[in-house]
Amino acid sequence: MKHKISFILNNEKITHEVESNKTLLSVLREDFDFTGAKEGCGMGECGACTVLVNGQPINSCMMLAVDIEGKEVLTIEGLSRGDVLDDLQISFIENGALQCGYCTPGMIMSAKALLNENPTPTEEDVKHAISGNLCRCTGYQKIVKAIMVVADKNNNQ
Amino acid sequence: MKYVGKSIDRVDGVKKVTGDLKYVDDLKLSKMLYAAVKRSPHAHALIKNIDVSKALELEGVKAIKTGKDVPQRAGLYLEDKYFMAVDRARYIGEAVAVVAAITQEIAFEAVKLIEVEYEVIPAVTNALDALKADAPLIHPQLEEYYHASIFHPVPGTNISNHYKLRKGNIEKGFEEADFVYEYNFYVPHVQHVPIENHSAIAQMDRDGSLTVWASCQSPYAVRQALSVAFNIPLNKLRVLSPAVGGGFGSKAGTTLEGVIIPLAMELRGHPIKLTFSREDEFVNAFVRQGLHSKFKTGVNKNGKIIAIKNQYVWDGGAFNEYGVNISKAAGFAAVGPYDVEHIWADSYCVYTNHPVGGPYRGFGMSEIHYGIEQNMDIIADKLGIDPVEFRRINAQKEGGRTATDSYITNCGFLECIDNAADAIDFNKVETPSGKYKLRGKGFAGGMKAPSMPTNVASSAIVRLNEDGTVYLMSSAQDIGQGSDTVLIQMAAETLSINPDKFTIKTGDTDHTPYEWQTVASRITYCAGNAVVKACEDAKGQLLDLASIKLGFHKDDLMLEDGYVKAKFYPEKKVAIGDLALGLTMPDGSGVHGPIIGRGSFIPPNTMNFDLETGLGVNPVAFWTYGAQGVDIELDTDTGEIKVLRVSSSFDVGQVVNPILLEGQLEGAIVQSLGTALFEELMLKDGKPVNNSFVDYKIPTADDMPEMIIIPVENPEKTGPYGARGVAEPAMIPTAPAIANAIYSMTGVRIATMPLTPERVKKALKENKETGRTYFGVDSDYEFHIK
Ligand code: FES
Ligand code: FES
Repeated sequence: MKHKISFILNNEKITHEVESNKTLLSVLREDFDFTGAKEGCGMGECGACTVLVNGQPINSCMMLAVDIEGKEVLTIEGLSRGDVLDDLQISFIENGALQCGYCTPGMIMSAKALLNENPTPTEEDVKHAISGNLCRCTGYQKIVKAIMVVADKNNNQ
Repeated sequence: MKYVGKSIDRVDGVKKVTGDLKYVDDLKLSKMLYAAVKRSPHAHALIKNIDVSKALELEGVKAIKTGKDVPQRAGLYLEDKYFMAVDRARYIGEAVAVVAAITQEIAFEAVKLIEVEYEVIPAVTNALDALKADAPLIHPQLEEYYHASIFHPVPGTNISNHYKLRKGNIEKGFEEADFVYEYNFYVPHVQHVPIENHSAIAQMDRDGSLTVWASCQSPYAVRQALSVAFNIPLNKLRVLSPAVGGGFGSKAGTTLEGVIIPLAMELRGHPIKLTFSREDEFVNAFVRQGLHSKFKTGVNKNGKIIAIKNQYVWDGGAFNEYGVNISKAAGFAAVGPYDVEHIWADSYCVYTNHPVGGPYRGFGMSEIHYGIEQNMDIIADKLGIDPVEFRRINAQKEGGRTATDSYITNCGFLECIDNAADAIDFNKVETPSGKYKLRGKGFAGGMKAPSMPTNVASSAIVRLNEDGTVYLMSSAQDIGQGSDTVLIQMAAETLSINPDKFTIKTGDTDHTPYEWQTVASRITYCAGNAVVKACEDAKGQLLDLASIKLGFHKDDLMLEDGYVKAKFYPEKKVAIGDLALGLTMPDGSGVHGPIIGRGSFIPPNTMNFDLETGLGVNPVAFWTYGAQGVDIELDTDTGEIKVLRVSSSFDVGQVVNPILLEGQLEGAIVQSLGTALFEELMLKDGKPVNNSFVDYKIPTADDMPEMIIIPVENPEKTGPYGARGVAEPAMIPTAPAIANAIYSMTGVRIATMPLTPERVKKALKENKETGRTYFGVDSDYEFHIK
């Protein structure tokens, strides 16, 4: 059955019809071509599909699209403004925090949520915040560093 | 050097952090159809009948194909693989039929309606059982299969390859030895777990040309395999690999591409997409083969190892087209990075009714070193010699010999050993964090060569633009390891043009030049050499033109910062961009035309080994050596292990990009840590029981140790700027080093991976109760082939 829902997607007001059984991930990818969120497992276990809903990081593979009615969704595509990248995106590049890039959008969104909530986290906070985001390439050390570089910058402001 | 050796940012960084990079599953093509696969629920069964009629009636279903539609076998080294089971299913999960439908949901629905009639036959679910004389044969027609001449399938058995190494005189070695020890080890199946599941799209046009988009490491190898299997000429077959979300070997060769091509051949003009679920990925992409290993070691009182006799039995699964080469690679490196006079090694790749074994980062080296490096530690302990010192005594060194009796001319292993031991203060006792906790250190070495055929080729093309920017073209695939960036750095260095002026194009067999495969840690070396040659070719052309323009002899010209300059009169110069399309003479006439540099490379002088003895002067392009130390804490109450620090030192020849190099080593350490502590693809009677992230855990940020990386730069004579490969070697020592650390703290030796809390706890308990110290593998095996 189709439902009409209204929500904000990457700062834009949207009204859209969705099937009741479709996940947010599949609607983002298939209907809006926001393919930055990836499906790594479809079971809420890898974090590759992480987007922010009302500022909270969620596994979009586990959320039904109908449930975003009235909410605000931010995907990796909405994080940069044009070609101006978010501090986290820049830091990931500068600190070698990505390799294949498949976990990267989800990883950055989880980090973004953390920094929104707590601009000056400790390394332990960072590890905890990304512990639901699997990365098979980097060994995480450079990811933690990239996030801490932004956190330290916040600390000094 | 200006650009080689510098931590420049990854050239694919922005595309990846913005989510803009399109991986195969992100592609949407017009008229696209979606595929789903019917899979065998039996480990070994004859297929009696497949009824697709009900599935075909489902609205939205466009076509269904079964194994009968692709009866041709394929394979890289041994043609034993069916893309879909034809009359026999050989593992649980093997494809038996495939559906194309207008939506993914309909395709899944249709699969359920396919009815397959099987006759279940006895399965072989242990590689050692597979070797028994009365074992059911998984490939009864093995003797008819085509294979490369360096492999030895044994017809009438389940052995797909038997590699023999016979160096020196083993009996004499054991006679001379003061002590002889025997130990067994076992490494179970694990999976690569790239975060991107495999995905492919195939489209055949009415003119017979086939385009395949695949998340694959090796577009040219895929093109070749598909061309043979489907009888499509190479010029009508285009393979594109737009991006790869991690491979680690699982995306080498072909996996799912061949399943959808029969659909594409019928449904002309429709792209057909198949993407694995995570559950599929665990079972139907390659898995890392299980390994039973056995060592008999003769050693002298002074710590010199004289003789090693070992057996490796690889659980290769249902198809061994790729796995046979892993068993060969293991034979070459039979005793690891140690110089041993008498060696007798047998490495068998064996068919079982398990998922298909294939290349996984390390290509057999992680698995054999789990045994080799524990064996070293046990013997050091028996002799009362410090484990690091024992390795130094036996290390391969310049002037020594490898297992295949090649002369060693270039080897930084000793330096790596010292670095790794120092960085972790190997002999310093650390304080555990609490009651019931023990803290200890472990050490291991490792070596690896690019395990590739001796004559595999690479090529590169460089095209200059009139504004001084450059296109670099290669089919080396950046699967995350950073090859796009590294190749640009080498090109930038050779042409003395800033890396930010380069664009690299890869992954399109119609347009980017030949590259055998992105595997074997060979890209920096092989593709790097091709790139340097292409740039030298372009450089030669530039100097010719500049010589005319500036009136200096070629030898007196140089490239610098985008210009050709006279060496002694640097103010006399011409911009490279001004020569890119050829030289314009004062009278308006033109000379030469566009500058295109071309580079081809094959590793020099690598030659086949002797088929009887396994010996060879130069069977591999180079060896990469390294060592690691670990500092761990064990909770004796729970059996849980926390890896606190890892030091890693590898002789990389020349660091091309420090931050990317660290990334490779750190990633490898954590991957290896996962296999040491908790990863195992559990197969119960051939049935995978933990093929999801709920049940199969890989390391998370919480598992990450502190990592200390110390590169050694002992230049590779034939390497580009002296570089050699390292992405896989770095995976080798972590796991045995952890096992060695457990021993050093507890006196308990656990010979089976992974070191789960349950396994460790059980061993500690038994040790306390009975004093038992060695927890070997149950099976004891010995067999001989005529
Ligand atoms: S795809 Fe959503 S958590 Fe893995
Ligand atoms: S960068 Fe490849 S999975 Fe994280």
